[in-house]
Amino acid sequence: MTNQTSQSSEGMSTLRRILGILGFGFLIFFAIVQITPFVLTIANSFKCDAAVENRPMPFIPTFNTVSCRDDAGEFISADEQVNGIFFNPSLDGYRRILTDQLPRWTFNTAFLSIVVTILRLIFDSAAGYSLARLNYVGNRAIFFLILGTMMIPGVVLLIPRFLLLKEMGLLNTYQGYIIVLSVDAFGILLMKQFFESIPKEIEEAAMVDGASRFTIFARIVLPMATPALTALTIFSFQGNWNNFMDALIILGGNADLYNLPLGLTILRGSGQDIQYDLVLAGSVITTLPMAVIFLFFQRYFVEGVSYSGLKG
Amino acid sequence: MAEANASRPTKANATSRQDQKQADAITGLTLVAPAVIIFVVFLIVPLIMALYFSFTNWSGTRPLDQPDAYEFVGFDNYERWVVDGRRVDDFYRAVRNTVYYVIGVVPIQTALALVLAVIVNQKWLRAKSFFRTAFYFPSITSSIVVSFIFLFMFSTGGPINAVLDAIVPNYENIAWTTNNDGIFHLLIGNFGITEDTVGLWAEAEIFDIEVWDWIAGPSVALTTIMALAVWTTTGTLMVVYLAALQGIPSSVYEAAEIDGASGFEMFRGITLPLLAPTTFFVITVGLIGTFQVFDQIYVLQNDQTARTTTSVAYLVYATAFEGTSPNLAEASAIAIVLFIIIFIATILQRTFVGGDQANT
Repeated sequence: MTNQTSQSSEGMSTLRRILGILGFGFLIFFAIVQITPFVLTIANSFKCDAAVENRPMPFIPTFNTVSCRDDAGEFISADEQVNGIFFNPSLDGYRRILTDQLPRWTFNTAFLSIVVTILRLIFDSAAGYSLARLNYVGNRAIFFLILGTMMIPGVVLLIPRFLLLKEMGLLNTYQGYIIVLSVDAFGILLMKQFFESIPKEIEEAAMVDGASRFTIFARIVLPMATPALTALTIFSFQGNWNNFMDALIILGGNADLYNLPLGLTILRGSGQDIQYDLVLAGSVITTLPMAVIFLFFQRYFVEGVSYSGLKG
Repeated sequence: MAEANASRPTKANATSRQDQKQADAITGLTLVAPAVIIFVVFLIVPLIMALYFSFTNWSGTRPLDQPDAYEFVGFDNYERWVVDGRRVDDFYRAVRNTVYYVIGVVPIQTALALVLAVIVNQKWLRAKSFFRTAFYFPSITSSIVVSFIFLFMFSTGGPINAVLDAIVPNYENIAWTTNNDGIFHLLIGNFGITEDTVGLWAEAEIFDIEVWDWIAGPSVALTTIMALAVWTTTGTLMVVYLAALQGIPSSVYEAAEIDGASGFEMFRGITLPLLAPTTFFVITVGLIGTFQVFDQIYVLQNDQTARTTTSVAYLVYATAFEGTSPNLAEASAIAIVLFIIIFIATILQRTFVGGDQANT
């Protein structure tokens, strides 16, 4: 009997080991699938058009940079850039987009993301605190109104927002983009939930000392809400850095105001003849700031997601 | 506020409590006012406007302040696109594409996220944070960037074809992003089943689309976009699952182990039920997101694949702003219908997945 049990548990552990190896293999495979496209994107953003589709696909750059056009102004062939798994990088794609409007779009993206994020931190936390702690007629109604707005698909708002901003003279302006996005329901609910988790006694003590509700909110409660504010900052910044649809509708009529995602779709041009060096270089520049922020503040991204379970 | 002092007599206390209440109300309304105003002006009013214009014939060109800018046409726009008018095939083609997209993406990304989270959560696993970073990474960047990356990866001379060429004998490059063939059609085509061999029922039309086309499955081009969605979203959802898994106390598993439960039994009997609220949340977010798919279609669609990749959300945009005769009223009607579809899908899911347990 004892023998049998130990045998079966031995079988169990062998099975477990096999499952473990399979699981680990699966993780490795999936990690490769997730990361390889980025590696190839970076590598190919340094290639001239002819070399992009060369096989085998070289992904290790050498130190010899080349220009995509030779002295006679002709495009160089793939062979002139590629050697096995090595290739001579060209900065032409980056040079072209950086002399174009890309610096302006980068500024727009950063500016809009920062302003919108600051406004959301103010408005969302103010509304969140009001809904969490202050009693007044309509508190519940306002809460359900805000909750309800989360149900409205963005696409439904596309056209009427376009019309409304046009009537207000805010179409194709920074202000138009900023005001529409300056509050978000998700952020309010996040802040409300957080404020509710702070013990009431802290506020009551401050009230006995004669502090007004506003002072309590600004001086005591808000500083305690750093984790929620951090999560909100990250979601809001990321969401706006990457925002395409709102930019398309609100800023689409003025190329000087484009953000990076919208600008990228213009770089692509139309039709099947895609200039990959431009598009991929633009993709790298768009992703780089978010990637750096992510690698430094990774903990907050992950905490934020698990905290709320939602991506901006 | 300064007179709110605990040592005052009872009567004064009552007034000060009254004052406090009033002050609270004023502060509360002031703090919530900016949010409410912006929501009303830029969310509620637009929603009502969309509904209003969907019952008019306003194409968007005539200035609204002119008295004859538009007329009310009742349900004409809805009829033309949704019931049996001349645009009905365009609408239902977009519905078909969107439904294939949702049905393909949501279960796969949910299941994959769960499996990955369970493996990453294993005690023996090293380099947990490496895997978490790698899986999450695609979701930090813009959907536009991700779409470009896929455009490049799946281009005819691109890496995907290169890899397949290396491992599949006699491989011929697939034009992933321009291929309109439905994957079910391709699958059954391997067995010699084509529209000509299945009988006349395939030629019958529902909403001006042949039954044969209804059952085509997502086209190769749309499948590529679906792969993109799974690739981008799975990592985020995995992190959500991982957080939920870490919230399950290990004592629960230890107790089950003493009772002799196997790993699979524990997964089915403990992990899955305890994760039900998370699963509900992950599916809801997935449904709402996929039903509205837009950015990826905007980048990856081209004239050749418009028929098999246009989503309902993209149809709204295209009807309002693209082509030779843009029409804002008709686009609004389609948007309202999409709103209703998403609403019904969420309700149905609440019924079937058991949203009552959800706490999010």
